[in-house]
Amino acid sequence: MAENAQKLLEVSELTMDFGGLRAVDSITLEVCAGEIVALIGPNGAGKTTFFNCVTGIYKPTRGEILVHPPEQKTQKINGFKPNRVTAMGMARTFQNIRLFQNMTVLENVMIGRHCRTTTSIIGAILRGKKTNRQERETIDRSYDLLEKVGLVDFADEFAKNLPYGAQRRLEIARAMATDPFLLLLDEPAAGMNPQETKDLDELIVRIKDLENISILLIEHDMKLVMNISERIYVMEYGKKIAHGSPQEIRSNPKVIEAYLGEGGDDA
Amino acid sequence: MISYLKSSLIAAVWFVFLTFPLMVVKVNTLKSTVEWRWMNMLWVAIGAFILSAVWRWAMEKRVRGASQNEQDAASEEKMGIGQRLLEDPKLNRPVIGVVVALALLMPWVSEMYQVTIWVFALIYVVLGLGLNITVGLAGLLDLGYVAFFGVGAYTYAILNTRFGLDFWVCLPIGGLTGALVGVLLGFPILRLRGDYLAIVTLGFGSIAKIVYENWEGVFNGAKGIEKIARPGFFGVQMDISAATTFTYYLMLVMVVFTIFVTNRLKDSRIGRAWMALREDEIACVAMGVDMARTKLGAYALGAFWAGLVGVIFASQTTYINPASFDFMLSAIVLSMVVLGGMGSIVGVVIAALVLNLLPEYLRAFEDYRMLVFGAVMVMMMLFRPQGLVANVRKTYTHGKVRAEETNG
Repeated sequence: MAENAQKLLEVSELTMDFGGLRAVDSITLEVCAGEIVALIGPNGAGKTTFFNCVTGIYKPTRGEILVHPPEQKTQKINGFKPNRVTAMGMARTFQNIRLFQNMTVLENVMIGRHCRTTTSIIGAILRGKKTNRQERETIDRSYDLLEKVGLVDFADEFAKNLPYGAQRRLEIARAMATDPFLLLLDEPAAGMNPQETKDLDELIVRIKDLENISILLIEHDMKLVMNISERIYVMEYGKKIAHGSPQEIRSNPKVIEAYLGEGGDDA
Repeated sequence: MISYLKSSLIAAVWFVFLTFPLMVVKVNTLKSTVEWRWMNMLWVAIGAFILSAVWRWAMEKRVRGASQNEQDAASEEKMGIGQRLLEDPKLNRPVIGVVVALALLMPWVSEMYQVTIWVFALIYVVLGLGLNITVGLAGLLDLGYVAFFGVGAYTYAILNTRFGLDFWVCLPIGGLTGALVGVLLGFPILRLRGDYLAIVTLGFGSIAKIVYENWEGVFNGAKGIEKIARPGFFGVQMDISAATTFTYYLMLVMVVFTIFVTNRLKDSRIGRAWMALREDEIACVAMGVDMARTKLGAYALGAFWAGLVGVIFASQTTYINPASFDFMLSAIVLSMVVLGGMGSIVGVVIAALVLNLLPEYLRAFEDYRMLVFGAVMVMMMLFRPQGLVANVRKTYTHGKVRAEETNG
């Protein structure tokens, strides 16, 4: 971690209880500008719950989530509604794809522009100059994003008709349409074949470098994680068990044990 | 083939059994005799057998057709003739022209009775289009829509009979009151979805009716409110027939207005947010759409139209009572939306006209109206679940491409 890099997201001691079950147990995590940070761990470790807390879908039981948007005031976002979190500049994708199935691919991306445009019901009916300008801008931005993820040819297809890998990329494009400074990707490579994973790998790095968007991703695919992330957090049973660079993580005995079970040294 | 006949035979026997008490036994309570109508049993058996056989044949054909379509892997969704009429400007301009001309001429060539029927049909069209916003676009199943219709009608009835307010003043007031009630009812049910939402809205609809019935002081109870003024037109005196014609034209304008507004909203930031909400609420919120505001907007706008035509309804009938606002109306309006195609404007208009005019012109079959209604709904769900006219999504062109097209 570069010492003087600007922190974007600062989560401290985040805890989430569901009744008696502690799904996330005092997790502390940071993402700095220009970083790709990965959050890994076995199934049921609480990674997605952590994501849901950060993006406002759950209200955390304890802990603090601080966001430092570039050129804006720092805000504590505990208990913010998801749309406010997104409007602040943190957009997410979902582990099990959640596209708007019966809308076209382009429209899916256009939804992402919702929080960056202001047309009201009256405005939409009257279709004044401002509305038209925003609408054109929305269309153009959305096409540009589709181009970036390589889906321009499918723009007018229904989202449900896309192949699986393309649906994943569409989710990323949709999240990018909200103009985020931090992208939270929940298992973007789940269910992809090696070639698709490789393409995704490149896409993520490209987003970071060209769009200047930092990335926090949950991932199972170790190869992808090791290749692209600068820092890795490892979770097991809701607790953080390790944190460090990919090399450190690879040789960390606790991580090996969590992934391969006891006596994992033989593997 | 044999299996068709066998299963149809079973169906026929089963139907004979089911309809036996209804169709065969007839108790004459005056003479205390029982009449056995065996011929009816025969007809039921034959009818059920034939229907069942045709049904099975059609279903099999459909399954075969579907698998064939899949084989034509390219199977780009073929545009039906209906769809083409809507899409192709060359075709749809003349069609719209003819429809408009017919609609404008109608009151001059037909009797007042016909015009009255059409006024009510057009009221239903606007109701259908209003509910289409809530149910079709935003996906919020509303079974108590009639409550807002009642709000509009009672607003006008009360303001007119007690305070002497004019129709034209009350028209916007009725719409706005409807929208306001929509928002008020929308608040507590923001978190509900699907079946739960349907049940709560069903409850709201019934509560509204009970309130109209029992709050004598305000709504005059079951007696209803009479002597409501018809719409005036710059103080011109009109007899009933002229007033009906006037209301007819007013409704035409309303329909055009509703279509215009819904059409613009459909492909706007708001309309897209509604549809996204319908498709996936969590994803929609995570993409930065304010759920509360979007949902309330959909409720308010849907209720606005109901309130607006409620005023016109009250002025047309000049007498309203709670019986006009029972659940049946909600159910019929909802079936228009489903039958026409969720979110599709043309579909809803056609369905609303068909569902209203057919029963009027088929008075002879009045007893079987609900039976046919149910059968049609089941058939639609099986053969055309997307409705008469499926909602086609708009496509957009990139600014760069647009610029090139205009240059070259």
